[in-house]
Amino acid sequence: MSRFIIRRLAMMLLVLFLISVITFLLFAAIPNGNPALRLAGRNSTATEVHQIEVLYGFNKPIYVQYGRMMKNIFTGQATSYVQGFNVVDQIKHDLPATLSLAIGAGIIWMVASIIVGTLAAIRAGRHTDRVLTVLSMIGVSFPPFFLGAIFIYFLGYKANLFPVGGYVSFATSPSQWLHHMILPWITLSVLFIGFYSRVLRSTILDTMNEDFVRTATAKGLSHQQVLRRHILRNSLIPIIALFGLDMGQVIGGGAILTETVYNLHGVGQLFAQAIGLLDNVTVLVCSMLIAFTVVLLSAFTDIFYAVLDPRIRLGA
Amino acid sequence: MATTTSETGTQFSTDLPAALAQEEVAAGTGPWRLAWRRLRRNKTALFFGGLFIVIVVLCLLAPVYARDIAHIGPATENITGSNLNKCPPTCVGPTDIPVGPSWNISSYFLGADSLGRDVAVRLLYGGRNSLEIGAVATIITMILAMILGVAAGFLGGVADNLINLILDVTWAFPVVLLGIVLGTLIATSGIGPLHSTTLMSTALIIGVVYFPYVAKPIRAQVLSLRQREFVDAARQQGLGNVRIMFSEILPNLASTIVVFIPLILANAILLEAALTYLGAGVQPPNASWGTMLSDGISTIPAAFHDVLAPGIMLVLTVLSINIFGDGLRDALDPRSKVRIAH
Repeated sequence: MSRFIIRRLAMMLLVLFLISVITFLLFAAIPNGNPALRLAGRNSTATEVHQIEVLYGFNKPIYVQYGRMMKNIFTGQATSYVQGFNVVDQIKHDLPATLSLAIGAGIIWMVASIIVGTLAAIRAGRHTDRVLTVLSMIGVSFPPFFLGAIFIYFLGYKANLFPVGGYVSFATSPSQWLHHMILPWITLSVLFIGFYSRVLRSTILDTMNEDFVRTATAKGLSHQQVLRRHILRNSLIPIIALFGLDMGQVIGGGAILTETVYNLHGVGQLFAQAIGLLDNVTVLVCSMLIAFTVVLLSAFTDIFYAVLDPRIRLGA
Repeated sequence: MATTTSETGTQFSTDLPAALAQEEVAAGTGPWRLAWRRLRRNKTALFFGGLFIVIVVLCLLAPVYARDIAHIGPATENITGSNLNKCPPTCVGPTDIPVGPSWNISSYFLGADSLGRDVAVRLLYGGRNSLEIGAVATIITMILAMILGVAAGFLGGVADNLINLILDVTWAFPVVLLGIVLGTLIATSGIGPLHSTTLMSTALIIGVVYFPYVAKPIRAQVLSLRQREFVDAARQQGLGNVRIMFSEILPNLASTIVVFIPLILANAILLEAALTYLGAGVQPPNASWGTMLSDGISTIPAAFHDVLAPGIMLVLTVLSINIFGDGLRDALDPRSKVRIAH
């Protein structure tokens, strides 16, 4: 078991290293992206550009620059050449908005998916199931920024029920925080509810055929008890694994569309803006953050599975 | 179970091939014929398949509509109404608010956008571009996934480890993020022959971003196919690796590949809109549903029909592909039919 965990964690480190190298190279390879030229400004002389190159080490070999960048990131000193802020501090500043979005939406989409998925499964093939299937299909087909635009227009501008965007921290005003977060939560959840409820529905239908369910029914448990204690408990495992991965993405800034349409100023929006400005340092730190949360949570998911199911660690 | 979701609605499962591999074939009837029979019974899937075809045909007829009915091009601006006398009295009013739908098929049917362009004409032209990008991206994804998935699964060893590593690295990036990194690079500086002006660069990005989600399940299925007797038999007959991959392995992957095509197409169309909304996809003056949505969202609350028209078309298209694709999967995977019977 410990060998499996060590191997999985080593793989995780390798993937993280490769992601940092690839992102670094991609942005170093931009022909007109010379950071010294951009820093020096339009009317700079060649000597000024050279001085900046020496100051920031842009004239050093690429692997030296990479090492320097990694050192800066891990000591919290990475500064954006383009936007002028300390990237690690900026991420710390933007993280509460992203975390608020992730946690609130996560609770909504998990609870709703379990209700919808279970209902569709126990009514499989009937009208309720068909309606829920079409609804979840519609949910999966809606781009978050279109759904967000509809909410902002009808509930924000027309009905004046919700603010049209922005983020208010919980510490400033809990009620305003809630008021600002409700629409983003629902917008982000719709997509996941559509997908998770479909996965849960088919897992439940699979589990219903298992021997232990027949045994539970045979020993006289009621339908309710069999559903709650045996079927649902087993069927939730894949959903929880999915949940771990998706949370990793959203916490790392993956809810970029929802954050942008509601102007939440979270990590995802920071990332999107940094890319538009060709801000390679911010992009690098953000990609490493998101890769880190995704890879870490997927490693945990694999280990969690291996603990539960010995076939996985033997087969791997 | 390795499945992932993203903001663009990705829904992939590596469990799929296991289910497909167990497909039972009744004596005398081929699996494709059986699948077609099952699909024919699924009226919902057929309806939405038909809807998708209608949308495609409408979008292909964009030039006909523009020339013979609306008499205005997709990029013709008409701010003052002087360009044509059709837009009463001006397409974009003094407060910069474009006119709403006229519901008159021959003149600004769905209204104008903030530059006075005909939304209905742009909707069809934009749809043509969105569908084209989606189709090309799907082809790129499927080809890349087939080559790498089959090579990794069949060759094993070093090749498998290397390809798996590539897949893992790409997988760790959320699709939208990888898409905007590549899209911005191409839009600002170009990579080789690719520039922002070509729609195909967006298609290429989307194709590359999605291929791991297909390559992984293909690899998993090839791993199990490799152990089967008919592969041993082919090897006994003296067939080489390449020959076995093409004539023994690939035909057995057909149903998996068919199931993935609508899934990738729907997601590719969604990703095009997402990338364009974030400024890393289709660049103006090209029309696509993504550019129209992004233009429309920037003018909220002045003219909401600019958002609704491309948004509804986008959702209808993706929804019809998704529901048809779902029916297709049910038809090709009899196990799921058995499940519904319970």
